[in-house]
Amino acid sequence: MRKLALSDEILMSVEKPARYIGGEYNSIMKKKEEIAVRFCMCFPDVYEIGMSHLGIQILYDMFNRREDTWCERVYSPWPDLDTIMREKNIPLFALESQEPVKDFDFLGITLQYEMCYTNILQVLDLAHIPMKSEERKKGEPIVIGGGPCAYNPEPIADFFDIFYIGEGETVYAILLELYKEYKHSDMSRREFLIKASNIPGLYVPSLYDVCYNADGTIADFGPKYSDVPEKILKQTVVDMTSVSYPEKPIVPYMKVTQDRVVLEIMRGCIRGCRFCQAGMIYRPARPKDVSILKQYAENMLAASGQEEITFSSLSSSDYPSLPELTDCLIEKMNNEHVNISLPSLRIDAFSLDVMSKIQDIKKNSLTFAPEAGTQRLRNVINKGLTKENIMDGSLKAFLGGWNKVKLYFMMGLPTETYEDIEGIASLSEEITELYFANIPKEKRDGRVMVTASASYFVPKPFTPFQWAPMIEPSEFIKRAYYVKDKFREAKNHKSLKFQYHEADITILEGLLARGDRKLCDVIYDVYRSGQIYDAWTEYFHKENWENALKAHGIDIGFYTYRERSVDEKLPWDFIDIGVTKEFMKREWERAKSEQITPNCSQKCSGCGAAKFGGGVCFEAKN
Amino acid sequence: MKLRIKYLKLGNLKFIGHLDVMRYFQKTIRRAGLKVSYSKGYSPHQIISFAAPLAMCITSDGEYFDGEFDEISTSTEMTEALNTFGVPELHVSECVLLPDDAKNAMSVVAASDYRICFYALSEDKSDQAQHILDKLKAFYEQEEIIITKKTKKSEKEENIKPGILDIEIRDNSIYMMLSTGSSYNLKPELVMEALYQYAGIPYNFFDFHIHRIETYMEDENGGLMPLYKAGRNFG
Repeated sequence: MRKLALSDEILMSVEKPARYIGGEYNSIMKKKEEIAVRFCMCFPDVYEIGMSHLGIQILYDMFNRREDTWCERVYSPWPDLDTIMREKNIPLFALESQEPVKDFDFLGITLQYEMCYTNILQVLDLAHIPMKSEERKKGEPIVIGGGPCAYNPEPIADFFDIFYIGEGETVYAILLELYKEYKHSDMSRREFLIKASNIPGLYVPSLYDVCYNADGTIADFGPKYSDVPEKILKQTVVDMTSVSYPEKPIVPYMKVTQDRVVLEIMRGCIRGCRFCQAGMIYRPARPKDVSILKQYAENMLAASGQEEITFSSLSSSDYPSLPELTDCLIEKMNNEHVNISLPSLRIDAFSLDVMSKIQDIKKNSLTFAPEAGTQRLRNVINKGLTKENIMDGSLKAFLGGWNKVKLYFMMGLPTETYEDIEGIASLSEEITELYFANIPKEKRDGRVMVTASASYFVPKPFTPFQWAPMIEPSEFIKRAYYVKDKFREAKNHKSLKFQYHEADITILEGLLARGDRKLCDVIYDVYRSGQIYDAWTEYFHKENWENALKAHGIDIGFYTYRERSVDEKLPWDFIDIGVTKEFMKREWERAKSEQITPNCSQKCSGCGAAKFGGGVCFEAKN
Repeated sequence: MKLRIKYLKLGNLKFIGHLDVMRYFQKTIRRAGLKVSYSKGYSPHQIISFAAPLAMCITSDGEYFDGEFDEISTSTEMTEALNTFGVPELHVSECVLLPDDAKNAMSVVAASDYRICFYALSEDKSDQAQHILDKLKAFYEQEEIIITKKTKKSEKEENIKPGILDIEIRDNSIYMMLSTGSSYNLKPELVMEALYQYAGIPYNFFDFHIHRIETYMEDENGGLMPLYKAGRNFG
């Protein structure tokens, strides 16, 4: 029996002890004496969230296929255990071996959202690993970050030894070989890091210098040494079909957020929405072969015993063989009691047909993501969804028996006016009108309900909106109230609902998303003031951030409300994602002149991602 | 066809809750490819039901669930399948076929056997444990064993003696048989708390380990028998 790191007494005094015991079905145990490299993968949030993340499952599987490597997992201890571990000085441990993370060779941290940054420091601190890269010595773990937030790693540059820019399947093998050489020789930590910085896709922040202009913008950024590369090329898997995939997913004992088999059907997106970072950084769109996917689905359901399966991709409706794949799964559903949980699909005859086969339409709602209230603004953001699409889809849905519709919007988009946000209310109202006009009284089953929700737009690096200003939180709230009033005034107000997001957390997300190295000290101080779990409203304390920003003389407006010039050096300019800055500038101009750009399957717009030699760019040319 | 399955709950899995155990077996049955029956409708679920839930931090050799199956093979094959596709800490030990008119496991549970052993934590603690063991006989010979149950609103006194069907010491461990189930449910930790109080020692749940040995139901003659005796091996 594995000895647990925590005593019975501690485990019984915290909420959900199953978060900390490991031993889940399909988790991997190895003999540490036979292992050359011990890798600990971390999702810096609570177990239930972290266990639901596909990326870690992919890397966990990939590392554990290697005989010389044992990959384990760790998640952020919940605040109740956090307090106990500090009081009793218990070092943070990995779930599988229950051994301290500080004894590992690598600590890999996935960066999925900005508001987990204080949890990164929590994990390092609880693990008794020095929080700053410069304080770590040979023998202490190499701390490596990856995931979407690694595309602007500068606000957390001090805390990481290496950032892996791009998809994890490509160069880890090279890094592990280099590490083994370092571990068993007198190579210094710095020498190791310099060599690592020469592996494509790896960014070692301590090897770069940045200097600023008097106005706070970046004057210069570059490597400190001549043998360190100036640009970091994003890593891309070219052949999605032959890359390894976790066919024996870990099955948690406790209920986690994503309690089902996740089948990745495509990486990247053809759409080119101008606010969407994922749509740019994962270019080109690369669908997986449908026959492989059917095999994976079969194997994963059998190996996990899960009763439900879902698809993962940025836009599942654009997956070319979607009908074939869903037909295959519906057959499985009927024969083997497998539920299919659909990601949001473009509403058309096909998706309505699929949904009516697999869901109870009375209980489920249909989701549209118009993102903006008027066609003008939808053109600005290049969201290729028209009012006709929405009306047509809604009508088909109402005739098919649905009566709940959800609409997702953003507020604070570039060029947005009050007319645009008023469109959120009028579009919602028109959908209810459509219902009353087309569904006769005797066929109405329950009340038609249209729920619109508005999030607060955050401009992200590597999008055409990376130069755009964010609106101030007070203005967001003002606009939200304005829309709320319009909903109240509406004729069918009883069938309409409007919700909007938390503004205080989002503005900090905006700060961190486009921040620079000056923010490292701020994040450090915020953590020192006791702040963790920022993404959880009940643990988020705005004052901790306000105090730290003030102490360091940081003006949040400089990073958020300011429109950047296209000539300004951006903190993330040293990363090459394939999509060129020229393309981004072009798109920013087209946005301002309300011009749409065709998607990748309609016409190549020469974004630059074709240089990776795969996916939709390649297929389009054949 | 209705089967009754007996399983163990051991080791670190004493930290997973009752709902987690249910979810575990739902998935293990699927991995093992057993033909469990499903309910009808949009979200069909497996027709299985669990007997007396076990509190967190207690291990067991005698847990049960009943399941309705469309197809069955043999007791041995089905037990092996569940163990091959499961974890050793939730080992399946029996799989029997119930008569068609059998009541479900949850409703028939009448009693449970427990073993409580003290951890050898320190010399002081060992002396304390010995003192508690010495007091057991007198404790049980009391006419009434009164405990105070605190709820949010009030305090209530209760005589738990009728719930203690038997209690004795063997090999420095306390063995007790307690009423379990819907008619009267007495938890072993409550008996321990009363015993500590009687011995004049501050109660600490972490001084000892509780293990459920078996779960019982009434037999035809009003006696007790383990739940699996209601069925028979098949195939």
